[in-house]
Amino acid sequence: MRHHLILRVIVKLLVPPIMLFALYVQFHGEYSPGGGFQAGVIFAAGVILFALVYGLRKAKRIFPPWLVIRLAAVGVLLYAGTGVVSLFSGKAFLDYSVLATSPKDAQVYGIIAVELGVGIAVATVMIVVFYAFASRPPRINDEDW
Amino acid sequence: MDIVINLVLFAMMIATAIGILMMRQLFAVVVLAGVFSLLSALLFVTLDAVDVAFTEAAVGAGISTVLLLGTMALTSRQEKMPRSFSPLPLVVVVVTGAALIYGTLDMPNFGSADSPAQTHVASQYLERTPKDMGIPNVVTAILASYRGYDTFGEVVVVFTAAVGVLMLVGGFARRREPEDEGE
Repeated sequence: MRHHLILRVIVKLLVPPIMLFALYVQFHGEYSPGGGFQAGVIFAAGVILFALVYGLRKAKRIFPPWLVIRLAAVGVLLYAGTGVVSLFSGKAFLDYSVLATSPKDAQVYGIIAVELGVGIAVATVMIVVFYAFASRPPRINDEDW
Repeated sequence: MDIVINLVLFAMMIATAIGILMMRQLFAVVVLAGVFSLLSALLFVTLDAVDVAFTEAAVGAGISTVLLLGTMALTSRQEKMPRSFSPLPLVVVVVTGAALIYGTLDMPNFGSADSPAQTHVASQYLERTPKDMGIPNVVTAILASYRGYDTFGEVVVVFTAAVGVLMLVGGFARRREPEDEGE
């Protein structure tokens, strides 16, 4: 997409606000609509948009595949780890009440932790799936479209 | 006013679906599927389900469209014509559709206040969330705390999807990339 000047400029303008919005949806999830799932897919959509216009190689340089795959596992483990923490503190799996002294605070900390896990996992899984499909050499030439 | 918007959106979705059925060019089909997702995202906004609309717009209209285009690039961009007309699929679809429409007759009216969704546990969640967690977004409270097990399962499912794709489509880390990626 070397020649698509308008696309490149627009994408350059759009991708940072998309990612910022993803972070807002992630960390403001207790107060406004959204949460980990939404933030994750919005972030991944930003990365994919960048990769579509600026090329897969540049995207892979910024978000290297080895890191993205590992982060997907980190997200799931963060969620599970929150549960395991309460398990080891003598409560049921994912019972957040051990995370702080005040029960309300404990719930909020627990929610933030698991939502962060969800966000990381969803964003990286979407990017992994996109990388996996986009990395295959296509059988159609660009001119065929 | 809402009902007009809903009817217009539904009409456009039906038109898009018919368009998808008629098309043979898979590129157009994929783009129309994205349009369909965007229309349903608008429908979710009119239903005040903004978070679902986020997801639908980002996944349905954005990511899955790109993935379908990528899949199409690996296979074919023209739908194969069926060799002969067979009535069985049509019968199955018509019977299933008729059964589903018959089923909707027993459902509570659209937005009805005494539907099971409103009268069962919803009021409990609305009442207890401010007391238990002190956060205003009840949806987040349900997803991440009351129904934390379900959400954990969902995250594992999403992770499994990535594992499955990597096993089927192949690891991309070792593969050499084509040289002509736009620089």
